[in-house]
Amino acid sequence: MSSTATTPELAKVGRLRSLTDFYWTTIRLAIAEQFQYRAATYMYILGMVAEPVIYLVVWSTIADQSGGSLNGLSAGDFAAYYIVWTLVRTMNIVFTPYGWEWRIREGQLSGQLLRPLHPIHYDVAEFAGGKIPWLIYYLPIAIVLTLIFQPTFDVRPAEVAVFAVAIWGAYLIRTFNQTALGLVCFWTTRVGALFSLYIMLELLLSGRLVPLTLMPDWVQTVAWLLPFRWTFYFPIEALVGDLSDEQLLGGLAMQIFWILVGIGVFSLVWRYAVRRYTAVGN
Amino acid sequence: MGSDPAVHVDGLLKLFDVPERDEGLKAATKSLVRRKTREVRAVDGISFDIEPGEIVGFLGPNGAGKTTTLKMLSGLLYVSDGEARVLGHVPSKRERDFLRRISLVMGNRNQLNWDLPALDSFELNRSIYQIPRPDFLALRDELVGLLEIGDLVRKPVRQLSLGERMKVEIVGSLLHRPQVLFLDEPTIGLDVTMQKRIREFVAEYRRRHGATVMLTSHYMADVEALCERVIVIHHGKILFDGDLTALAGTVAAWKTIAVALENGGGDLSAYGEVIHRDGDLVTLRVAKAETARVTARLLAEQDVLDLNVEDPPIEDVIELVFARASVE
Repeated sequence: MSSTATTPELAKVGRLRSLTDFYWTTIRLAIAEQFQYRAATYMYILGMVAEPVIYLVVWSTIADQSGGSLNGLSAGDFAAYYIVWTLVRTMNIVFTPYGWEWRIREGQLSGQLLRPLHPIHYDVAEFAGGKIPWLIYYLPIAIVLTLIFQPTFDVRPAEVAVFAVAIWGAYLIRTFNQTALGLVCFWTTRVGALFSLYIMLELLLSGRLVPLTLMPDWVQTVAWLLPFRWTFYFPIEALVGDLSDEQLLGGLAMQIFWILVGIGVFSLVWRYAVRRYTAVGN
Repeated sequence: MGSDPAVHVDGLLKLFDVPERDEGLKAATKSLVRRKTREVRAVDGISFDIEPGEIVGFLGPNGAGKTTTLKMLSGLLYVSDGEARVLGHVPSKRERDFLRRISLVMGNRNQLNWDLPALDSFELNRSIYQIPRPDFLALRDELVGLLEIGDLVRKPVRQLSLGERMKVEIVGSLLHRPQVLFLDEPTIGLDVTMQKRIREFVAEYRRRHGATVMLTSHYMADVEALCERVIVIHHGKILFDGDLTALAGTVAAWKTIAVALENGGGDLSAYGEVIHRDGDLVTLRVAKAETARVTARLLAEQDVLDLNVEDPPIEDVIELVFARASVE
């Protein structure tokens, strides 16, 4: 054997410090990447805004035709609801099960599994970073929507504070829910049908399609017991609704509960799922 | 050697259940009710040790089990049976300390962010592997200098050619200074110059940092240039494990004699099998035991200008190993 030198191992950094460093670095790179594709991102956000604008026009028209309000919600209330909806939607976009399907089927997960860090950290950090440019792109759209639809806002500082936290809570709930769903691909390869079912339930039970107060009582009860409500309706209501301080804090507590449930389910599924990885294609 | 092996493999087995069905709608409908699978033994009870600092070529035809073995050793795949240890770790546990000390480079895989300059991906690797910044900057500059890619690392990765991308990929994979390096076809698709550059780089990295290297390649030049020891695998089983030179001696029962003759020399079939003739230069295949006698006869009976006795090309030897294994 030819002569070789042996260099000492690299020094280790504390876990918390290294995670902080990793999140900060990934967030910075995600921002840089989003700026690189600013035109495509803007088109994406504009396309996404079409969904609530349709809901807004429909419900405002119905409210006007019903004597100015529907179940106590005026056209201005609907405008406020759906304009905040667009912000919440921008902030709760996550890595979808389709992404997991691609990673697993094409063997793209290999690169992430070789790193001394769970892949979920990368997804959380990258999508969190992406939100900063999205927020910048979103602001002019919000101004235009506000000028056109004249929303009714009556906001307390506590509501703004809870909203600022709740949108990140919504982001984490959706992240863990959709990641757990994505892990199904370790068994089925395709997750499209299951994800469609998830989105349908989310549309109906989260306040994404209509404000939950317009739904029958039993639907509202079911929605309260499931995670979806805490990813759309609660953050929106925290800002545009008339929730007491107890309701605001209770909502945050429910978000924490669903984040913990999500982490638990995801961790349990991951333990069995990753054993099935075949790293095909790569 | 007194130290523990860097890689220890004992009776390693990997089984895959592969779904299969005949062609056509009828077979597809039948598979709805009863799914047929076939058990494939991708790796079939192999055993070997690799000492720290050793560089070993892992050879075999497509589907032999090379990449599956590397994936098990790097923790990507769970083993079906047997034991694998790398730097004392069980790879499938994927402990952080283990993953910080190894790297798997696959010639057809892209780990760097496609849209950003490689420098940004290097920075991400720094944060992932918890590399202290002074060490990171020193090693990054060292590796970038060795591969002379200073002008490439500022371009978005998607704008690099295949060879350029491979070079920045390799640098990205080595920034955490892995002690064990698994290289799976690192020169695939590259031109000869680029292959040579990558080979020299791997040799230099190993020399500077004492890394253990396990290499698979379809290019025998890679193996000849880098590896003193080779492990030949076929149908998941090890056919040979030893010195590269010994492989030729063990498997090939012949040598070649390249002889340049005054005026072409006429018919030389009496000396051995003529496998090539180019003007006055003739190449003969001769039984190993006969080499000395035939050489002496040629020198005595012909007007020899030049004569070389060589082992057969390693490509031919490997081909012979696989051919024999297939017959058996």
